[in-house]
Amino acid sequence: MQTAVSQTSPPKKSFLYDPKVRGIFYQVVLVAAIIFLFYMAATNAIENLQRAKIASGFGFLNNTAGFDISQTLIQFSAAGGTYGDAFIVGLLNTLVVSAIGIFFTTFLGFLIGIARLSKNWVVANVAMVYVEVLRNVPLLVQLLFWYIAVLGALPQPRNSLEMGAGFYLNSRGLFMARPLWGDTIWVLVAVLAIGIVGTLLYRRWAKQQQERTGRQSPVGKVALALLLGLPILTWILLALLGTNPITFELPRKGTFNLTGGMQVLPEFVALLLGLVTYTAAFIAEIVRAGILAVSKGQTEAAGSLGLKPGQTLRLVVVPQAMRVIIPPLTSQYLNLTKNSSLAVAIGYPDLVQVFMGTVLNQTGQAIEVVVITMGVYLTISLVTSFFMNIYNRRMAIVER
Amino acid sequence: MKKALVSIAFGLTASLFATGASAQATLNSVKQKGFLTCGSNTGLAGFGQPDAQGNWTGLDVDLCRAIAAAIFDDPTKVRFIPLAAKDRFTALQSGEVDVLSRNSTATMSRDTQLGLDFPVINYFDGQGFMVRKKLGVSSAKELNGASICTQQGTTTELNLADYFRANNMKYEVVAFATSDETFKAYDAGRCDAFTTDASGLYAERLRASAPDDHIVLPEIISKEPLGPAVRHGDNNWGDIVRWVHNAMLNAEELGVTKANVEQMKTSTNPEIKRLLGTEGKFGEAIGLTNDWAVRVIKHVGNYGESFEKNVGEGSRLKIKRGQNALWTKGGLQYGIPVR
Ligand SMILES: N[C@@H](CCC(=O)N[C@@H](CS)C(=O)NCC(=O)O)C(=O)O
Repeated sequence: MQTAVSQTSPPKKSFLYDPKVRGIFYQVVLVAAIIFLFYMAATNAIENLQRAKIASGFGFLNNTAGFDISQTLIQFSAAGGTYGDAFIVGLLNTLVVSAIGIFFTTFLGFLIGIARLSKNWVVANVAMVYVEVLRNVPLLVQLLFWYIAVLGALPQPRNSLEMGAGFYLNSRGLFMARPLWGDTIWVLVAVLAIGIVGTLLYRRWAKQQQERTGRQSPVGKVALALLLGLPILTWILLALLGTNPITFELPRKGTFNLTGGMQVLPEFVALLLGLVTYTAAFIAEIVRAGILAVSKGQTEAAGSLGLKPGQTLRLVVVPQAMRVIIPPLTSQYLNLTKNSSLAVAIGYPDLVQVFMGTVLNQTGQAIEVVVITMGVYLTISLVTSFFMNIYNRRMAIVER
Repeated sequence: MKKALVSIAFGLTASLFATGASAQATLNSVKQKGFLTCGSNTGLAGFGQPDAQGNWTGLDVDLCRAIAAAIFDDPTKVRFIPLAAKDRFTALQSGEVDVLSRNSTATMSRDTQLGLDFPVINYFDGQGFMVRKKLGVSSAKELNGASICTQQGTTTELNLADYFRANNMKYEVVAFATSDETFKAYDAGRCDAFTTDASGLYAERLRASAPDDHIVLPEIISKEPLGPAVRHGDNNWGDIVRWVHNAMLNAEELGVTKANVEQMKTSTNPEIKRLLGTEGKFGEAIGLTNDWAVRVIKHVGNYGESFEKNVGEGSRLKIKRGQNALWTKGGLQYGIPVR
């Protein structure tokens, strides 16, 4: 055995000449050099800040903020809130507009992408014009357009537009009834949970049944009944019993504006509209490319098996197209999230507006604030990519 | 936005890699460059604003011109860098501007935590509110429940929170990054009230689509001592800024004007002689020539002249001297003696 080893191994050279060892050595040196550079930059920065008598460190996050913010998803006030709280308020505002934006832009983008491939000339061309106009005008311009158009078109609070069902619209935003939870709300929540579990179980059963017998079940209708019908029925029943689980606080006229109820700020609406319509144009193109990438033979084969066009799209084309669509779709989601920082131009209190705008200025701690902000966007992007990659793997072709 | 990013990036790199400034560094670098860089407002009538030809005018602008005149005997050797409220201090810290003369309130945190100094106060002000007349509001105390437009990165947004808290009133704040956006939003009806320094209110009202539809409410809710800022640590540079302003005040008090300054050189009044450098070596003590004050007054005028021309009777703003009158006339402007 031993002779065999010594025969096959190359003639002994100094390990200094081993390319693998050398490679590792150079990489270690490079990493050390980079760490050293960052260390130098950091210590130098701290030294310079101290010499210039500029405050440094992260202690400011615990100091009282002293300013107010228009949209706060957590309790925040100038009196009690710290700069750290203001950071969270801004972060949540960014996340909320991004999440809602991603939801709507996906929907709109798919709709328009599919419309572009429509055999109907009018539909296809309207979709094309949409895409060309929206993706070729800078987003900032579109945001300002939405904001000024939305603001300009809306009436002053004293002449609020009444839209029925407790909805009002004026230049201060959209007002609606605020739900107040009654004592029996838990019954409703429980019924809803039962509905969700029931739907999931039924879906599993339906799938198994189809695989065994080929018979299809009305999953959609059953889900609707379980998820909507059952809770609504319960609600009505509870209300009749005199223990209404949900009551509504309606907006009322105040001195300046409507008070009470819930208010959606025009800044939020404008930002959401701008982000959704702009990103949808790009998603539409991605969807179109994805669908075109599925070979025509697939559609024809589906047709010859007797699937209807809608079914062909849903069961054959889209699942295959998704493999092409998901990676670029992910970058559009990331774009939307990062573009939400254009909120600064229209006064929506997102992370950049609140933190890099007001907090940076009131504390003067530019380096810390910028570093934190960059870290946040990096994290949001990485997390989004992570989940989209998981989804991508699930959608990938399963080789049999 | 781009401006903000540029100045922040500039500030970051500067503070990462720059080494400290030595004494007299700013004056020397200004002399070497051949001009002064002055952080100014992006456009505030009467205080700092470029006209259609790009000539800057205003009370704050005049102070920079006066500093340039004292150094170069030429008030045009200034490069104005317009800065929005939230970019201004970073620009000064990073060395992008030599002096910030842009209706900035001197406060303790700015003085001690931002690494700045406020050598003088060139305009005593306070914060006020503007509303549309048809709202029927006549006092700030009636603003409970109002929505209010204001600008980020200002003392204004802090005072606003204080005032409503102290008076137990509710409000909705809408904060914007630039004065342009803030005022446009108010003008478009987004807010019931617009708030900033009283001086700014009068200046901004001129921009409204119908200025007469708006009134300024009587309450002044804060102290806003506005003045130029310099970097902490270069005391000589701070001295120059301080004495240029004081020379303008003393000139007004002693009756030395743009028109008569050359004749005044022959005056026998010892105070005038020291001011104009015909006696003593006061200019040399701050690294300038002894006729430094003559240069300032010859090119820019005394404080009263600059005030009247830019914001007073000679301007569209028609602001009364009020607290900014000389101390001899019941105001707060008090020139410390040259001696
Ligand atoms: N004096 C206050 C406010 C100064 C301020 O920035 N005022 C606004 C409103 S009048 C302004 O001049 N904005 C012009 C700009 O940002 O370009 C401070 O120093 O924080």
